[in-house]
Amino acid sequence: MMIIFIEKTNKKIRKKFNGKVGLLLKKLKIPPETVIVVRNRELITEEDVLADKDIIKIMSVISGG
Amino acid sequence: MVGSLNCSVCKKNAVFLSPLLCKEHFIYYFEKKVEGAIKKFRLINKKEGVVVAVSGGKDSMSLLYVLNKKGYNVTALAIDEGIAGYRKNTLETMKKFCTKNGVPYKIVSFKKEFGKTLDEIIILHKERPCSVCGVFRRYLLNKYSKGFDVLATGHNMDDEAQAILMNLIKTNISLFNRLGPVSGKTKSKKFTRRVKPFYFCSEKEIMVYSFLNNLNTGFNECPNIEFAFRLRIRDILNHISIKKPEIKRKIIDWFLKNRRGEDNSLYKEDVSECDTCGEASAKGICSACAFMKKFNK
Repeated sequence: MMIIFIEKTNKKIRKKFNGKVGLLLKKLKIPPETVIVVRNRELITEEDVLADKDIIKIMSVISGG
Repeated sequence: MVGSLNCSVCKKNAVFLSPLLCKEHFIYYFEKKVEGAIKKFRLINKKEGVVVAVSGGKDSMSLLYVLNKKGYNVTALAIDEGIAGYRKNTLETMKKFCTKNGVPYKIVSFKKEFGKTLDEIIILHKERPCSVCGVFRRYLLNKYSKGFDVLATGHNMDDEAQAILMNLIKTNISLFNRLGPVSGKTKSKKFTRRVKPFYFCSEKEIMVYSFLNNLNTGFNECPNIEFAFRLRIRDILNHISIKKPEIKRKIIDWFLKNRRGEDNSLYKEDVSECDTCGEASAKGICSACAFMKKFNK
């Protein structure tokens, strides 16, 4: 089960998923332009493939106001 | 790394897709882009004193970092609006960075300058936070950037595309004079020239740069953003960008091509003084003093 930490909402979700980061973002309804994705403290792109055991962090690029 | 694409320059794992670049080459690409905007629009030179408007968020911290790294003579200027649970952390980030890197900084607050925090103003006077905040912030940035040659802000391509659309929707063409990579009444001594070195950088590019240089301070959004018209425009543009990733750059390019430029009459007009505070004002009393008069009734 993948663990996904969404920084903006400070929520941790568990999800069964295998596939590209881009597909995961689509499933989560998050526009790729609005976030960066980090795995093991390393930046990954929408084309990186995730495994079900991965722990990832989705960080919003939008801040301020 | 499983499934990673390779950098188009060196074949290491890519950290960015468009263009396809690894960490090292993304940093190079980003800094060249910033230097390219500085050169193209003649924003700053290395002999000038540059005051950087810093909030402590990713945009302004990245701007302070890159200008300092490239050898510009920078000073940080931060404004504490007095928004509970928001500004304190970002100001701490800025102070730590400046202390570590030997960058001078100054923090000015609404409370000290205007007698009330933004939170107090919202509660006591039922004002829309973004209207008051915008006027007071611009006033303080102008006041405390005097003595410097140029005021640099972290406004990026997303901010600019949003502002262009907002002004179009409001049919407020005169506000276009505040946009562009250089703004402010550059011929008047009452204003410090304002420049936007991140004019062609997207929010995502800045976030990636900030992450790769350990400048990221975590998600931090103003609690008053829900009141802002900008929020809706931002979401619309980001939604369109999924199918048309070039949309924001196209809006900027359209604006640059069609704006009236430095020769228009509004740009040249002399600026009068506020009757109350003596700062620059288009009217008899500046917007900041008008608010203060209202609040002190």
